[in-house]
Amino acid sequence: MPHSTELEEMYGDMVTARHYEERLQEEYLEGKQPKFDISAGPIPGELHLAAGHEPAAVGVCQHLDDDDTVTAPHRPHHVAIAKGVDLKRMTAEIFGREAGLSGGKGGHMHLFDPDVNFACSGIIAEGCPPAVGAAMAADKRNTDAVAVSYLGEGALEQGGFLESLNLASVRDLPVVFVVEDNDWAISMPKERVTDVADGSRRADGFDMPGERVDHNDPVAVYEAAERAVGRARAGNGPSLIEVQVHRRMGHFMGDAQGYRPDEEIERLDRLDPIPRTEERLRAEGITDDRIETLRELATDRVEEAIEWAKEQPKPAPGAAHDDVFVDSPAGPAAAETGGDD
Amino acid sequence: MAEATEPEQTPRELTMSRAMVEAIATEMRDDEEVFVMGEDVADYGGIFDSTEGLLEEFGHDRVMDVPISETSFVGAGVGAAQAGMRPIVELMFADFFGVCMDQIYNQMAKNTYMSGGAVNVPMVLMTAVGGGYNDAAQHSQTLYGTFAHLPGMKMVVPSTARDAKGLMHAAVRDDDPVVYMFHKRLMGIGWMPAPDGPKRAVPEEPYTVPFGEADVKREGSDVTVVTLGLHVHRALDAAASLVDDGIDAEVIDLRTLVPLDAETVLESVRKTGHLVVVDEDYRSFGVTGEIVASVAESDLDALEAVERVALPDVPIPYARPLEDEVLPDADDIEAAVETVVE
Repeated sequence: MPHSTELEEMYGDMVTARHYEERLQEEYLEGKQPKFDISAGPIPGELHLAAGHEPAAVGVCQHLDDDDTVTAPHRPHHVAIAKGVDLKRMTAEIFGREAGLSGGKGGHMHLFDPDVNFACSGIIAEGCPPAVGAAMAADKRNTDAVAVSYLGEGALEQGGFLESLNLASVRDLPVVFVVEDNDWAISMPKERVTDVADGSRRADGFDMPGERVDHNDPVAVYEAAERAVGRARAGNGPSLIEVQVHRRMGHFMGDAQGYRPDEEIERLDRLDPIPRTEERLRAEGITDDRIETLRELATDRVEEAIEWAKEQPKPAPGAAHDDVFVDSPAGPAAAETGGDD
Repeated sequence: MAEATEPEQTPRELTMSRAMVEAIATEMRDDEEVFVMGEDVADYGGIFDSTEGLLEEFGHDRVMDVPISETSFVGAGVGAAQAGMRPIVELMFADFFGVCMDQIYNQMAKNTYMSGGAVNVPMVLMTAVGGGYNDAAQHSQTLYGTFAHLPGMKMVVPSTARDAKGLMHAAVRDDDPVVYMFHKRLMGIGWMPAPDGPKRAVPEEPYTVPFGEADVKREGSDVTVVTLGLHVHRALDAAASLVDDGIDAEVIDLRTLVPLDAETVLESVRKTGHLVVVDEDYRSFGVTGEIVASVAESDLDALEAVERVALPDVPIPYARPLEDEVLPDADDIEAAVETVVE
């Protein structure tokens, strides 16, 4: 059970992530109304938002330090926030600005913040092997760092995931695989792509502990992650955790979700993890005033990051030719953000 | 079945995606062995509308959503094809070939040859290519050269609804594996508006566009612009603009890369003496170099000047000014034409 300071931190990251996704949705749709045109509006490209996934991010990352590596998939913002990625530079990257983490080259599916060892990939399950590699490096160097690979339940049928489980297992590497089960792979419901409803059972086939957190609850995730990260840090090998999360929005912004029953979205409203976490905070004696303060801090932080990002210049076109190799002309200048927090 | 090659145009206009679906549906009605599988091809109708409406007519047994397991389902397409069926397998983005390339190039493409012709693989691998909507390095590539380089796969790239339908009929009926690359920007998807060009009058009856026949989309006498896919329309825009400069450009749409109609290109270059090759793939080791080489090998003397217009050899960046910098557009084509005719 996390102590109350930890609970507050986790809740703070949850409301930061939620407000962030809701604000990005607004910004993204600006200029795309009434007729959705993916090439219009202030945010380029596709946008995959993670509202409803917050507990999986905060419950695990609460156990991690900057030296620990996290790889995330195409839906990465909540995990990046929980891992401590620089929010201003991440936001600038999403807006395609020069001060972004990658100078505008990567975009929202390809966020890299080496200061906190965070990276993501837009290709399903392809963050798993690099997480195993980060764990291999920690193992060879005898540090106590661990690696965490986030993926969706739709990635469990992918070779890169299964091969990574095996390699991590046979080498006893300090990796935790965190599966965010939101029931949907774009339009494909889980039951149509696998007969194994409980994804944590995949761990059995690789002789590693597997645990499923059935409720989208940050405390239950925290407790499962305490065991898994502890095991990895102690040199006892990998684990797998599956968390039931909720996809409160479309797969990408602009996804009309015609394949999805309306009742499900209504049901998810009733199960929203944020008010349920507030209940927990109150039960731990945290006052409504304090909760309100945490919400305001989160809102201010998000608004500040978005405002800052939008003020940043767009990259000079010629920068497109840099960074193909290490010795290519200069990489993105480390922007002066004035400190993220 | 009534069939004609390149029949007269009828007034009915279709988007490219509707034209592709019409061909697939006709083939499925005519042949029980034809089926479709891929990610989000059933209820969603294909992320880029390439299978829109097929589920309603043919059901989940013949329009199959599959797990995110490309090695498995592309490979299953190979196996089903070798068993005599005619699968149409969709790889959602060509960029995703990375997780299943063995099934594509070591199995699908080689089994006919390695078996000495004892088996064949009559499948269609249909996949989306193209950038221009800021989807960045892992979802924007136009990997013509990567696939065309590897022997054993035929490869087609429609630029209009009319060609899309005829090429799809031909692809499904072909006894070899056919990679069918469609450019997202040409499909006529609601959320990604297409240019005016690809939506065309499309005959209602089935017809084939034969492989290995390039199409002269615009006749001209001063310069030969060879291209395919989206850039046919960019080249036509450039050609329209070049008229003001007194330059008469011929625009050749390759339509199929394997087999390649080098003869039509060569004839045009013999007429114009100037060659500009345009595509949306990386510049080095790709289609543009191949076309230039084939002309140079056949008739070096016919070639007075050459330019290539392609992506510089960098991954595709995300931010709009960066992507605009690297993607070839009509202005880049105009500039290249002006350089060669100078």
